[in-house]
Amino acid sequence: MDYKELEKTAARVRTDVIKAVYNAGSGHPGGSLSSADIVTALYFSEMNIDPKNPDMKGRDRLVLSKGHAGPVQYAALAERGYFPVEDIMSLRRIDGKFQGHPCKGKVPGIEMSTGSLGQGFSVAGGMALAEKLDNSSARVYVILGDGELQEGIVWEAAMSAAHYGLDNLVAVVDNNGLQIDGKNDDVMKVAPIADKFKSFGWNVISIDGHNMKEILDAFAKARTVQGRPTAIIAKTVKGKGVSFMENQAGWHGKAPSEEQARQAVEELGGEW
Amino acid sequence: MADKIATREAYGRKLAELGSRYDNLVVMDADLSGSTKTAVFAKEFPERFINMGIAEQNLYGAAAGLAVSGKIVCASTFAMFASGRAFEIIRNSIGYTHANVKICATHAGITVGEDGASHQTFEDIALMRTIPGMTVLNPCDAVSTGKLLEKAVEMDGPCYLRFGRSAVPVFYNDDADFEIGRGITLRDGKDITVIATGIMVNEAMMAADELAEDGIDARVIDMHTIKPIDEEIIIRAAEDTGAIVTAEEHSVIGGLGSAVAEVTAAKCPVKMAFVGQKDVFGESGKPEELKKKYGMTKDDIVRAVKSLR
Repeated sequence: MDYKELEKTAARVRTDVIKAVYNAGSGHPGGSLSSADIVTALYFSEMNIDPKNPDMKGRDRLVLSKGHAGPVQYAALAERGYFPVEDIMSLRRIDGKFQGHPCKGKVPGIEMSTGSLGQGFSVAGGMALAEKLDNSSARVYVILGDGELQEGIVWEAAMSAAHYGLDNLVAVVDNNGLQIDGKNDDVMKVAPIADKFKSFGWNVISIDGHNMKEILDAFAKARTVQGRPTAIIAKTVKGKGVSFMENQAGWHGKAPSEEQARQAVEELGGEW
Repeated sequence: MADKIATREAYGRKLAELGSRYDNLVVMDADLSGSTKTAVFAKEFPERFINMGIAEQNLYGAAAGLAVSGKIVCASTFAMFASGRAFEIIRNSIGYTHANVKICATHAGITVGEDGASHQTFEDIALMRTIPGMTVLNPCDAVSTGKLLEKAVEMDGPCYLRFGRSAVPVFYNDDADFEIGRGITLRDGKDITVIATGIMVNEAMMAADELAEDGIDARVIDMHTIKPIDEEIIIRAAEDTGAIVTAEEHSVIGGLGSAVAEVTAAKCPVKMAFVGQKDVFGESGKPEELKKKYGMTKDDIVRAVKSLR
């Protein structure tokens, strides 16, 4: 799939996110939209996976440590063919598979239950350790929010991944600069993120998290690094692709009205 | 009754044995391998031993990652830090995913001794048994430790195993049969039942001897599995003896006593008394001194029995 195709796919994923969150009446559109290009690049290009065989031996895995962005993971898995897109419109409904935060076992392709920040990163480190023990070449990807970096377990996990030389582990930080209560810089400064990971012994690549070429190049570069895990610090825009959601902390965890959802879908080039 | 061996000691030995049987068994620790005895395994299987440093949250998070990747994981640290500091990781990353992690927690209870209150946990059984799908085991001696660890490794899913620091008498013969969720009647009796767990099983047996001298015929049950609790043995004890004393090296809030009372209250109300840590923090001291000061000896069981008669 070329960049143009991936960009179109990412737009469809974003449209699905808006519709699912609108249907649910609650959820987290902001951080789902900011990480949509990264998630699309992983599921449609970078990762060795098979939608027909979600538990394929030797597959690559993605852990969405910022589990509140579950809608984007559901949308990308649906677009990739794990299940029909209509299914995710039951997001957050009772007796449904698509929990407010991803739940392993309920949805094919979800490798880990996440939602409590920081834990997915630690779990991904354990997965990467397991692959090393098995001399497997499978890779483990984990997406973290920038606000999530405020959790102590993140740095425990960062330290251990470097200590064990987990070059099969790639952490992508969705650096949209915002968290629930406002800007990271105002709530609890996490910058400089790249320097922090570097000082913990990681290979660090900084990119524009909405530039498909930069995203794919970063993943390719990460594959060439030996003996160290890679952190990709992806500069992103919260709410990316929907004008009235962009850079608004208020859209972290709020569903659009029907009018807003229709406008969002139109802006994304989708059909209502 | 033979030698005295700490349950953590028996844990380390059994782990090494299980290491040869299961090539997907991985053992993890948080810088306490000499104390938790995982070092015994580490020496024999260095490639399958992972030290996570002093970082208990990441210990159990990474353990979950290894488990969902097909490993059987025994992850050890002191019970205080396993159940307390890492609680939410255990709840969300291990419990919620039903990950195959055995949380092998050592140095539980008052018998940690000299290290004092910061290291003496009386809350771990209560915390762990509230997690859906979590099995909670508390063996009383070296033999039951080995047998229950073996069963825990055989079963799929999360399990909390509670071990002690101090040497305790070996109770069971090597051919004793253990099943998770099935209590063991160590001594039959018709007047009252003492249901004990962990190191309090030994105290309960001594208490029963003493009670016999006063003409009180006490039944003693080793409740090595706190969850799933053996309802049948509790109901039978309530019906046969009409009164139950529970004894544990744990807070009287939320542990064995509560688990037993939940059964009796719903199915066969009887008078009960609870021997355990009385909603206070501990302190430094020798284990035997502390057991006495905080009310977890055979004498306390004898008193509790008599209070119900």
